[in-house]
Amino acid sequence: MPERNLVQAVRDALYEEMERDDRVCILGEDVGRKGGVFKATEGLQQRFGEQRVLDTPLAESSIAAVAQGLALEGFLPVAEMQFADYSFPAFNQIVNEIAKVRYRSNGDFGCPLVIRAPTGGGVRGALYHSQSPEAFYCHVPGLKVVLPSTPADAKGLLKAAIRDPDPVIFLEPKKLYRAERQEVGDGDAAVLPIGVATVVRPGTDLTAVTYGFMRAVTIQAASRLSADGIEVEIIDLRSLRPWDVESCVRSIEKTGRVAVVYEANRTGGFGAEIAAELAERCFASLDAPVSRIASPDVPAMPFSPSLEHAFMLNPDKVADGLRRVARY
Amino acid sequence: MPTDDRTLTREQVLDAYRTVLRARTLDDRRFVLNRAGKLAFIISPRGHEVAQVAAITALQPGRDRFCLYYRNFAAALACGFTPEELMLSAFARAADPSSGGRQTPGNFGSRRRGVIIGSSTVGPQIPKAAGIGLALKWKGEGALCYVSFGEGATSQGDFHEGLNFAAIHRCPVIFFCENNRWAISVPQPLQVAGPGVAERAAGYGIPGVRVHGDDFFAVHLAVRQAAERARIGDGPTLIEAEVLRLQSHSTDDDQRAYRDAAELAAEAARDPIPRMRDMLIQRGWLTAEDDAGLRAEVDREVERATEAAEAAADPEPGSLGRHVYADA
Ligand SMILES: Cc1ncc(C[n+]2csc(CCOP(=O)(O)OP(=O)(O)O)c2C)c(N)n1
Repeated sequence: MPERNLVQAVRDALYEEMERDDRVCILGEDVGRKGGVFKATEGLQQRFGEQRVLDTPLAESSIAAVAQGLALEGFLPVAEMQFADYSFPAFNQIVNEIAKVRYRSNGDFGCPLVIRAPTGGGVRGALYHSQSPEAFYCHVPGLKVVLPSTPADAKGLLKAAIRDPDPVIFLEPKKLYRAERQEVGDGDAAVLPIGVATVVRPGTDLTAVTYGFMRAVTIQAASRLSADGIEVEIIDLRSLRPWDVESCVRSIEKTGRVAVVYEANRTGGFGAEIAAELAERCFASLDAPVSRIASPDVPAMPFSPSLEHAFMLNPDKVADGLRRVARY
Repeated sequence: MPTDDRTLTREQVLDAYRTVLRARTLDDRRFVLNRAGKLAFIISPRGHEVAQVAAITALQPGRDRFCLYYRNFAAALACGFTPEELMLSAFARAADPSSGGRQTPGNFGSRRRGVIIGSSTVGPQIPKAAGIGLALKWKGEGALCYVSFGEGATSQGDFHEGLNFAAIHRCPVIFFCENNRWAISVPQPLQVAGPGVAERAAGYGIPGVRVHGDDFFAVHLAVRQAAERARIGDGPTLIEAEVLRLQSHSTDDDQRAYRDAAELAAEAARDPIPRMRDMLIQRGWLTAEDDAGLRAEVDREVERATEAAEAAADPEPGSLGRHVYADA
């Protein structure tokens, strides 16, 4: 099997799905000739032509809306928002239109499309290229939200998203685009189900539920705790809506403690929903309060390295948070 | 070539030329620092400088309002930002007057100078300028709001909403589009339907003017006439300045990957700065020796600015949470 980094895995998923089904098409800013600002669509326009890989005007609302129009006519569009921060001009189309079309037509219409967007920080992208807006979309019934953190998960889940009958917001942690490489399978065998978490590291003393770039940070934090004899079980959710509550509950029944680690700012983040649900489900098994380890409540991640560092969670900060839960 | 000598003195034009040279010299220095690994991210005004400075020279910094966009490095100098201040933001230092190192360089702001703080998002300043224009109209002091953007921004719904509102309410606004024919990799034919941006004005019943952005006097005249209309209550004007993007979109982009090499070479040969110098020499306003002297002075100024900014302090990590609300 070939070794791929995350952005190559995204590109491979798009390539394979376009080969498999000629209804699959791509649209977005700079996705064609340039192959995307992160190269996620590199070479696809050369292979599949200008119709199926369409460079759009600089207008996210119409990118989402045109994708919906294509979906309503039987195509399977994959729209790219250049940065998750710039999905907000499309918010009305996504939340009021795309998410609600099935419900409001009493099931007569569906909207099978994928909106891909690079998310998260730690790349000196500053306020407008670092945000983690998953909670906004997770709040919306009718949308599915996926946020993978490994090349194989990205590929498998993107293929699943393209095959899904409903709209999927597919968030890609840009910090991980060129981080790790791993062997990634292809074809139907590579498809992964949306809504299923994975246990990244087994442990007995404490459960850490996480996703995205925080998976890697939490793994590093866990090895520090391991040196002190505390074994953290890490669950990478991979999908946020729906999310795999049962896997988390099973783990907490074993460990009796849980912390949710997420990159977005703390208040109202998706980790707050996870914490609430797990507190409700696991009350009888918990030996400590459900805890959140998240970024500070400032509007976004600053450009200056000193401030970016102050904002971002790192293994030290996460290890501190996990220790507090372990010692409660 | 339209002349505008009646309202411009030799000193004013030479002053503008010095600002243009400052912008270019600072920009060149930024690229040296970028290659040395000292500056993370640059958006260059190369090719836009003459148009930007000509436009601002026709206005009244201190009295008028300016909603600039990220490519307005030369316009910011013309609005009164000093070379040292722009270098402070390039280095993301605490003393960066626009954002204290929080934003990527290029998001200019200074209440004192009437420069309204911008963001990296393409387009939102356009309807905001309509609101500022409405307020200025209500105040009745004859001030106006100047707002600039690329042709890519005209695809956003915000462009329509801003022009429509400003036209309905005859707001004193100058909409200044710097059309370099490329929005990252997307060329004008895939961005702007119809002949161009200036023609859009007709739909709102306001004047639309197209000018050669390398012609200092033509740009100055267009902006001066728009300002006269705005100040007497005749409402907004849309100006489209045709400019060249002589650099890649940003330091994260390489335009050789999607633009024709011959076209790039042809554009490089049409650099507006030598053209402005030749025009000044033809008029007898500048000699070759004056020019060399001026450039040497600007070099020294940029050298001092760079040294001071490089030596300046980074933001304190503890300041991360300041200014989220008024009370902290
Ligand atoms: C709403 C939004 N979408 C996408 C981007 C990413 N982006 C930054 S600049 C740019 C191209 C802008 O082109 P144009 O408006 O023509 O101005 P230019 O950069 O050429 O001066 C894009 C797509 C953004 N900043 N904001």
